[in-house]
Parts: sequence; C-alpha cells; structure tokens
Amino acid sequence: MEALILEPSLYTVKAVLILDNDGDRLFAKYYDETYPSVKEQKAFEKNIFNKTHRTDSEIALLEGLTVVYKSSIDLYFYVIGSSYENELMLMAVLNCLFDSLSQMLRKNVEKRALLENMEGLFLAVDEIVDGGVILESDPQQVVHRVALRGEDVPLTEQTVSQVLQSAKEQIKWSLLR
Amino acid sequence: MLKKFDKKDEEAGGGANPFQQLEKSSVLQEARVFNETPINPRKCAHILTKILYLINQGEYMGVTEATEAFFAMTKLFQSNDSTLRRMCYLTIKEMSCIAEDVIIVTSSLTKDMTGKDDNYRGPAVRALCTITDSTMLQAIERYMKQAIVDKVPSVSSSALVSSLHLLKTSFEVVKRWVNEAQEAASSDNIMVQYHALGLLYHVRKNDRLAVNKMISKFTRHGLKSPFAYCLMIRVACKLLEEENGSHDSPLFDFIESCLRNKHEMVIYEAACAIVNLANCTAKELAPAVSVLQLFCSSPKAALRYAAVRTLNKVAMKHPSAVTACNLDLENLVTDSNRSIATLAITTLLKTGSESSIDRLMKQISSFMSEISDEFKVVVVQAISALCQKYPRKHAVMMSFLFTMLREEGGFEYKRAIVDCIINIIEDNPESKETGLSHLCEFIEDCEFTVLATRILHLLGQEGSRTSNPSKYIRFIYNRVILENEEVRAGAVSALAKFGAQNEDMLPSILILLRRCVMDDDNEVRDRATFYLSVLEQKQKALNASYILNGLTVSIPGLERALQQYTLEPSDKPFDLKSVPLATTSVTDQRAESKPVTAVRKPEKLVASRQEIFQEQLASVPEFKDLGPLFKSSVEPVALTESETEYVVRCTKHTFVNHMVFQFDCTNTLNDQVLENVTVQMEPTDGYEVVCCIPAKCLSYNQPGTCYTLVSLPEEDPTAVTCTLSCVMKFTVKDCDPNTGDTDEEGYEDEYVLEDIEVTVADHIQKVLKPNFSAAWDEVGDEYEKEETFTLSSIKTLEEAVGNIVKFLGMQPCERSDKVPENKNAHALLLAGVFRGGHDIMVRSRLVLTDTVTMQVTARSKEELPVDVVIASVG
Repeated sequence: MEALILEPSLYTVKAVLILDNDGDRLFAKYYDETYPSVKEQKAFEKNIFNKTHRTDSEIALLEGLTVVYKSSIDLYFYVIGSSYENELMLMAVLNCLFDSLSQMLRKNVEKRALLENMEGLFLAVDEIVDGGVILESDPQQVVHRVALRGEDVPLTEQTVSQVLQSAKEQIKWSLLR
Repeated sequence: MLKKFDKKDEEAGGGANPFQQLEKSSVLQEARVFNETPINPRKCAHILTKILYLINQGEYMGVTEATEAFFAMTKLFQSNDSTLRRMCYLTIKEMSCIAEDVIIVTSSLTKDMTGKDDNYRGPAVRALCTITDSTMLQAIERYMKQAIVDKVPSVSSSALVSSLHLLKTSFEVVKRWVNEAQEAASSDNIMVQYHALGLLYHVRKNDRLAVNKMISKFTRHGLKSPFAYCLMIRVACKLLEEENGSHDSPLFDFIESCLRNKHEMVIYEAACAIVNLANCTAKELAPAVSVLQLFCSSPKAALRYAAVRTLNKVAMKHPSAVTACNLDLENLVTDSNRSIATLAITTLLKTGSESSIDRLMKQISSFMSEISDEFKVVVVQAISALCQKYPRKHAVMMSFLFTMLREEGGFEYKRAIVDCIINIIEDNPESKETGLSHLCEFIEDCEFTVLATRILHLLGQEGSRTSNPSKYIRFIYNRVILENEEVRAGAVSALAKFGAQNEDMLPSILILLRRCVMDDDNEVRDRATFYLSVLEQKQKALNASYILNGLTVSIPGLERALQQYTLEPSDKPFDLKSVPLATTSVTDQRAESKPVTAVRKPEKLVASRQEIFQEQLASVPEFKDLGPLFKSSVEPVALTESETEYVVRCTKHTFVNHMVFQFDCTNTLNDQVLENVTVQMEPTDGYEVVCCIPAKCLSYNQPGTCYTLVSLPEEDPTAVTCTLSCVMKFTVKDCDPNTGDTDEEGYEDEYVLEDIEVTVADHIQKVLKPNFSAAWDEVGDEYEKEETFTLSSIKTLEEAVGNIVKFLGMQPCERSDKVPENKNAHALLLAGVFRGGHDIMVRSRLVLTDTVTMQVTARSKEELPVDVVIASVG
C-alpha cells in the first residue's frame, strides 16, 4: 500500500449514475476508461445496485472503487471515484447533484418527475462535472446556470395529460399538507 | 407516439418511463423536424433529449446516422431559445467522438462564447474545446485567453477546465496561457481558484522549483476554496515524498496547519496526507489521529467511513498511535453501515489487547455474510496479522477461518483465507495437523483449481512429514478420481512425495500411482510414470533430487537453453548446470500483502529482472563467450550521491569465470553532453580488467549504460572477494540547454566514483530447497568442513541469522531464518548454488550465551565452494 501518495489531479469523479428501483439505468456518465464497454458498465451497475439498494448507508467500497450514494423514493444516485479519493469530495458532488435536482423538481425527486425533466438533468450534470473534473459544487449556482424555463408552459401548449398530471400533483400536495 | 406509451403505462400502474420504448431509428426520423421553419424549440429540445437518452443508455450510433443527425441539429442554432441552445451544446459534446466533420459548428460556438449572454458562454467554451484539435486551437487561442480571465466565474471555470483537458493533446499551446491562469488563481470565486491552480500545477508539474514557488505563494496568502486546499495538500505531499527528507519543512507545516481548517474536507485530506507520508513519527501522527477520532462520531456516514478507513491504515504501521481511539472505534462496531463496522473491528483487532479478540471475532462473524468480498478480504488480512502477533490465539482464528472458508465467496476472498491458514500452519507447528485436515476437507469441495493445486502441493510437502501421514492419502487420491486434469496432476505429485518420504507407505503409493498411469490426460500420465520409475529405484538420493526438491532452474532460461541445444546439435549431453537459476524466493513474497484495491489491475506476466539483464548482455558482442549469466546483484548500488552532476549506479553480473559491471549513468546537467563514457576500474588481487564497453552519448536526463568486463582470478580460486576503485572517463561537449545545439569541440574529463566491493554473496545464487534434510543427504559428506566461530559483536540470535544470510547470500530453508522467541540455540539451514553450478549447503548452529557462538558445517560436491564459504566466514 505504499504508492498511496495521490498524483495531484483534478480528475476526481469516475462516474455519475442514476438508477431506478429495479436497478435499471436512467442516467449514466463514465468519465474514464475503468469500464470501457456498455456490457461492463451494466454489470457494474447491477453489482452496485445489488449491494446498495437495501441499505441506506451512504458509502461503500466496491470493485476497488469508492461509491457514495443516496436514494430518494424510487431513485438511486451514485457518484463513483477511486478508492484513494477524498470521500468528502465525492460526497460534495453527490450532494450538489441531489440538491440541484431537488430544487429543479420542486422537492419532488422521483422517477416520473425526473423523466419529465430529463433535459434539466442532462444540463445539471454537465454543469457539475466536466470530464471528471468537479466544475461546480454549489447547487444554487447550478440551478441558476441551468436556467431552465420554469413551468410557465402556456396552457395551450400543454397536452391534456400534462394538465391532468399537474392538477393531480397539486391535489396530492394539498392533501399531504 | 409518446402520449400513447404514457397512457399504456399509466394503466400498467404508474411509474412510467416515457423513454422506455424509444427506438433509435424512429427518433432519428423525428430529427427531421429540425429542418422545419419556424423552429419549434420545445419539440426540438425534446427530440435532442431523446437522442441523448439513447446515447446514454449505451445505444450504438453509426457514423453516418450520427453525422446526419448532427448536421440537422446545426440548423437549430437559428433559434434563440436558451434551453434548446444548451441542449445543442450537449449534443455536440456527446457526438464529437461519433459524428464526422463536427468542426463545422466552430464559428457558431465561437460566436456564442464571445457573445453577450453569459448563460451561453461557459457551456459554449466547453463544447468548443471538445471539438477542436491542436491546429484549430491556434485560431481560438485569443478567445480562450480572454475567457480564462473573464469576470463571470462560469466562463472562467469552463475555460480553465477545458484547457486542462486540452493539455493532453496540445500541451505546447496551453502552456502559453499560464499568465492568464495565474491571474485567475487569485479569483474570489472558489471554483475558479481551484481550476486555475489545477491547471497551473499540471502545466508546471515537471518543474519542481516552480511548483514549490506556487505552493509557498498561495499557502502564504491562504486560499478561499476547500477544493484548492485539497489539491495543494496533495501537491505538497508529492514534493515531500520526492524530497524524501525530514518533515521539518514548510510544506509539512502547511499540511499540518490544514488540520485546523474550517472545512471537514480539507481537514480530512490533511489528516489522510500525514498518515500516508512515509516514515512519519508518532508525534507527527498524533494531531492527524486526533482529528480522525473526532470524525468517528460524526453523524455523516461518509465522514465516519473515511475516518475509520484512514485509522485502519494507521493501525497497520503504528498500532499504538490508534489505541487512543479504541473507545470511539468500539462505538462504530455496531454501525448500521457494515463497511464502517467492519473497518472498525479490523482496526480494533490490530490495536486491541489479546483479551478482546474473542469478543470481536464473535461480533464480526455475526454479520460476515452481509459485507462485500472486498471487506471480507480486509478482515482476513487483519486476522492474518493478528495471528502473527498473538500466536497463542491461533485456535480461535483457525476455527473462524474455516467457518468462513465453508461459506460462499469469490476467488480473491477464498485465496486470502487459504493464504492466511497456510501462514498460520507455517508459523505454528502445533497447529499443522488441524490445519491440514481442515484444508483436506476444503479441497473435497473446492471450485477453484488454483487453490486446490496449491493445497495439494502443501499437503505433499507438509503432510508427508506428520506423525500420521496415511490419513491424507484418501483425500489426495479422491482428487485423482474426481477432479479436472490440473488438480489430478497436482494430486499425483503430492502422492509421490508421500511415497518418497515414508518407506512404509511406499507399496500402497506405488499401487495408487500405477492406477494413474492409465489417466486420460498426458500430463497426469507423464507425472505418474516418472514418479513411479523414480520410486521403484528405492534410492534416497534420487528421491531427494527428483521428488522432494524440484528443479531450481528458471523455466524460461531452461526453455531458451534447450532451444539453443536443439539448434546446434552436439555429441555432448545437455548440461543442466548451464541453465541460469530461478531467482525468486518463495518466502520473500508472502510478506507483501496486496492492497485490496489493487485487485482490478490486470496481472501481467513480467519477465524477471535477470531475464531482462540476460537479454541486454547478450546483445553486447564482447560478452558472447562468457557463457550463461549466473547471477545479477539484487539492488543497483549507487556510486555517487543522488544530487551530484552525474548519477551512476552499478549492477554486478557474475558469469562462470568473469564478472560484468553494468553502470547506469545519468547526466543531470542540461548544458552538457557526455560522449564516449567508460568506467575505468582498478582491481586488487588477481582480478583483471578485460575490456570496457563505452556508452556512446549521454544527453541531459537520458540514462545510458556502459559495461566493464573483469576476469576472475584463476590461480587462487578461493580469492573471491575484491575491492575495485572506479573512475568515470568521458568527453564533455557543451550545449545550449534551450535549443539543444552541441558544440563541435569537446574536452576530456574524469569523475571519481566510489569503490565497488565484490563479496561472497555475488558468487552464490539463492536456491530454495523445500526439503532440506533430503538435499543435505543427497550432497553427501565427501567434502564436508566444519568450524566454530565466536561472533563477539553480535548480541542476539536474530541479528546473527540476519547477518549470516546477508553475508553469504544464500537461501534460508525450512523457515529457519525465523528464530523462535526465548530460545538460546538455533539452527540455520542455508542452500545455494556456487558459481559454476555446484550445490552448496550450509548448516550453522548458533548458541547464545553472552555472545553468539556459531558452528558452521558446509557441504558441496566440490571442494572449492566449501573452502570459499568457510574461509569467508572466518
């Protein structure tokens, strides 16, 4: 274990993953060649999901990599780095991703809402990590930069199901309150 | 289309994925909408999202279809919708490596990056930099420089990070942006500062002075960004490591001061850095350990994990430093995160007292099944270390290990357990019988061929020498009946060892081996036939040399020698003594336990060092007639101080009647080129310098090699030791460090190096004889000599053993280099091969009174080696 002195590098993040509650990939971005093929990636995701979905302990060591994770309703968020990486840096990325999405999805971090905001997710991840380098760690900044149009979609452009959906949401939230 | 799926899934019961059933071809069809005017931003953005989603799912996209979609997308730059534009950037980045001619969007991106809308500029810079190559980069250089110092943080950060990525391909161009990066490094924005420092470091990392300056400058003023602190700590650590010196430098002070930072991230990074520094004293560790101790009670699991993982590392080297944290660690034993609990327990196992072991073992076995294989290996390693510390506890450990061995687990995990058990067996003779019988049970149902053959080998070696060897035969023979060919072959070899060791079992072993002669597999049959015919001779010497102690030559060497022999047929029979000996020694390897995390690295078969040397030496025509290389010294010896103008290191190669000294020289002056470099040697005694092979040219920092060939004395063969003085001679030519132009004219110069010692160890190659007594008898007492010495300066047996092994350069056998505690007498068994290929065995009995008295008995089939050894010891 001698060669532990890290080569100082900005390349902190090896991958960012979001899986659903069946362990299927909703979003995955690999920043280096640890898992070059789709097949290896999917196998790794499966392994990761099996090892983590039952416990809510936010960190694990898998296949020689540090994995920090977080779940919300039916979503699982993962940030993966080398096992020598500062775990708290990875945690900062995970928290930033989660908080940004939570703000963009109005605290409604679940699969359905996320899928309806896929472009928001793509843009947010792009603002947080660039090629493995942490680009931004402040969720406020990320949300500001993504600058997604709010829900100000003119009623005429909404489909019937979207209108129904938003009505349902509102009723649900009012009941919960 | 989308709506339809939505509805269907709704009926199926919520949680629908509108992207689930997307098909690549239909999405790419939809992309035609991009050509419509006016552009519908919402619709187009959605289609881009779908394309990105497909790429994200790992869908394969062909070059043509990607290029087509890409060109359609370029139309979307006409729209001013911000989300749509941003999605375009993302698509460009994703497709930059799939589609062709992506540089077509360069001008659009350049426009956006210099435009008014800040929201576009950052992402545009990043997209632009992914599609440019080094030639295109020149064109946008001006804009990049401006972007780096832009006052909008997102633009500046984007430019800096993109520059960092570009370093890989266009180092020379990016290097010119250092001044801008320097300016950005003083930015108020935390991320900009971090990225700027990162870029600066990567540009300058080969220039130690500049890096040093950079650190001292930024650490003096203090940094704003915790990320930047972490980076600086790593840089400081790397410098410290390279300096290799004391920790009494401002760099270390900086790292230590970071322990008082207000960000946990920085504190942890600093603590981790201190822990990882080589040769840290307990005093230097103490503050790091105490912050880690605080983290142990943090509510954040990641922080607790990080802390306990680092403490675990500390415990490996300095268990006493962690003892203060034992209470905090005890609390973590029941942590809901099993990784944390496991690490806490394994740490406690290293630091705790002997009395707590039973309790901890019980605790850990309660959740062993819940943790991942990686951590199970950690646990096994901890147990392994523990067994060495508290040998009396081996019974508890052993039963625990066997329970684990019976459970499900991967290969790495099982291998770690087997390794650990074998270590225990070797260290504690009293545990041998139980251990072996447990291992026998394990191979009854073992899916890993490698482990099964390993255990069979061990059984053959150790089992045959136990009090009741016959009980293992059933297990071994079962393998012959039930397993695949590799295991069968291993089992046959093990059987043969039982037969060779125990005469009373021989008849039954012969019967079993005869049955194996009919095996389906070539290897198994060959082995059985071979062993059978050897055993039927009933000669002890044959048994010893062909069964109990195998071949000691290096296999690739043997292969090469045999090939050579078949190419040049001669009447002489092939001489095994001409084959170089294997250099690896089995006992040295077990000490280094691999880190858990290195598991993923592909294991390559590396040619041994001696093989490499042999190749190199064979390419020098002057060395053609020296015969095979006998031995190369293990570590190159430095003949200069490490910080001088020229660095020279020497490796000694021994041949039958000659020695070759290989000098690896490095010129550390960038304004000089050395030519025609030789090392002149002035030997004493009967040694004679035959010739020098010069290194043609030594330019700055390019290592070169020259050789000096020396013949060994013929008249007095016992004079093996010698001191040689060395002078390096060369022609100096001045050169311009910047352009590399060299002056035509040079002048002669010389440089005095330190002396080289040739010792007995250079003439003897280590050879491991697994069964020493058999080998001892095989050599016979024809040339046996015995003498007694008093080692007045040595006070302990360990020290004496260490000195003798080092001095003679022979292989300790039967683990006799380990001196049991509290004993006053010890027998050290050494085996080796003397130059020329004759086995030499040394048995030395040591008795400790006030000083150490040593009786050395040496045996060989020739007189010379015995004389040399006895004479040299005296």
